[in-house]
Amino acid sequence: MQKFVIALVVALIASPVLADEQVIKLKQGAGLDKVEANCAACHSLAYIPMNSPFLNAAGWDAAVNKMINALKAPIDAADAKMIKEYLAKNYGG
Amino acid sequence: MITRRHLLGTASAALAASGVGLPKFSEAEAAIAELTPGVPEGVGSYATMAKLPGKKPLIQLSDRPPNYEAPLEYLRTPITPNDQFYVRYHLSDIPELKAEGYKIAVGGDGANATAEITLDDLKKMPAVEVVAVNQCSGSRRGLSKPHVQGVEWGYGAMGCARWKGAKLKDVLDKVGLKKEAIEVSFNGADGPAVAATPDFIKSIPVWKAIEESTIIAYEMNGVPLPHLNGFPARIIVPGWTGTYWMKHVIAINVLTKPEANFWMNPAYRIPVGKFPLRDRFLSQENAASTPITEMVVNSLITSHRNGDKVKAGKVTVSGMAWDGGYGISSVQVSTDGGKSWSAAKLGEDLGRFAFRPWSFDLSAKKGKNSVMVNATNKLGQSQTAELIFNPAGYHNNVMQNITLTA
Repeated sequence: MQKFVIALVVALIASPVLADEQVIKLKQGAGLDKVEANCAACHSLAYIPMNSPFLNAAGWDAAVNKMINALKAPIDAADAKMIKEYLAKNYGG
Repeated sequence: MITRRHLLGTASAALAASGVGLPKFSEAEAAIAELTPGVPEGVGSYATMAKLPGKKPLIQLSDRPPNYEAPLEYLRTPITPNDQFYVRYHLSDIPELKAEGYKIAVGGDGANATAEITLDDLKKMPAVEVVAVNQCSGSRRGLSKPHVQGVEWGYGAMGCARWKGAKLKDVLDKVGLKKEAIEVSFNGADGPAVAATPDFIKSIPVWKAIEESTIIAYEMNGVPLPHLNGFPARIIVPGWTGTYWMKHVIAINVLTKPEANFWMNPAYRIPVGKFPLRDRFLSQENAASTPITEMVVNSLITSHRNGDKVKAGKVTVSGMAWDGGYGISSVQVSTDGGKSWSAAKLGEDLGRFAFRPWSFDLSAKKGKNSVMVNATNKLGQSQTAELIFNPAGYHNNVMQNITLTA
C-alpha cells in the first residue's frame, strides 16, 4: 500500500489539475462495467448524472453515438449497446 | 489508448474506497455547492465545491476535463479576481506549460510566411489592455427548458478581467495575410485523451482577428495568467463568447478555407436568424446554422438569491450587466412583475466589453417582494421575457425575476 500511496502522491504532484479528484458512484446495474471501462477513459463519469434525468432512451443513444462518431471514442458495438441500455434505464427521464 | 490520467483516476478511486484520504480542504470550503435553481436534478446528486490549485473553491461540475463554475458570490465585483474565475476545458490532457521555451507557431495557407513568437516577443510588442467579460457559450445551459445535453452550467460560467497582451493583428503582420485569407484559427496545448478525438481548434473571421481589441493576452488582472485560465498566453476576443478565447495558444493559422473540424461545426452553432446578433461569421454560415458570435445583452442579480429573507424597508439589490461590446445604456428594475420599471443606478464604466455594475434601492414590504431586472445596450437591445430555445442551450438572457421575503 505504501508504494501505491507514494506513486499516487508523485502522480498528483505531476498533475496538479487533479488535486481534487471527483469520485462519482454510479447506480449499480447491468452494463455499469462497460460504462466505467469505456466512458471514464476520456472523461469524468460526472457527465452522466449531470445530464440526468431528462434524456430519454433516444437522447442517450444520440449522446453515445456522438461520442463514437464525432469524438471518435473507441467503443465497440456490443459495449455501446450495453452502455446505451444502462444509461436509459438508470439515468433516463 | 488509455492515458496516465485515466490510470490516475482509477488509482485514486481505489484509494478513496480503501479509506486513504486525498488532499482535503477545510470544512468551510467543502460545502455542498449552492447550485442555480433550475439546473438538472442530477447535478445536485454529486456536485460539491472543490478546490483547484490557485483557486478558491468553485462549483465542481466535472474534474476531467475540469469544468468549475463560480458561485454567485464571486461575481459581485466588476473585476472577477483570478482565484474566483471559472474554469472550462473540452479535453482532458492539459500540460502545464512553462514560460521558458514557450512559442506560438504562426502560419497557414493564407499567410505569406511563417513565424515563431515567444512570450518575450509578445511582451516587446505594443501592449493593449482591455477589460472584458469572458462568458462560456453554454453559461446557463442548465436552465434550458427543456433541458439539453452538455455541461449543465448555472449562472457562473463567466467572469470579467483586465487582460493585457499584444494585438493579434501585430502578430499577423509578421507573416502577412494573403488577399484570399478568410479565417484565423487557434490551437491550444491541451489535447484529447484518445488521439483520434478532434483536437480543440477554433477560428474567427479575419475581420474580427484584426480588430484593435482582439489580443493575445499574457496578463490577467495585472499578473501572469493562471495556468487554468490559459498560461502562458491566450486569445482574447472581446464581446464574443469564450469558445474563441483559446487558452495556452501554441498555433495560429491564417486560412483561405473555412476551418471544418467538429468544434466549428456542428459544435458551437445557433440556428440562423433566431437571435438579434450583429456579428456574422459568414464563411461558416449555412442555411440552418451559424457559429455563435457575440454575447447577447444580459444581467445577473448577485446580491441576493431567489427566496432570500430581507428586513422590511430599504433593501439594495445589485448585480452586473454586460453585452457583446456595444455597452450597457440602462438597467431597469420592476417590483410589480413587469408592469412598471425604474432605472437602476449604474456603477463604474470600465469599457464597453466589461461588466457594468448596477444597484437599486427598493422598499421591501412585509411578505413577498418581486424583483425583475432587464438590461438594455446601446443598440437598444434588451433581455427577453421568454427563453429562445435552441438545441445547445446558448444565449439564455431571460430576465431574472426573484422573490425576496421580508
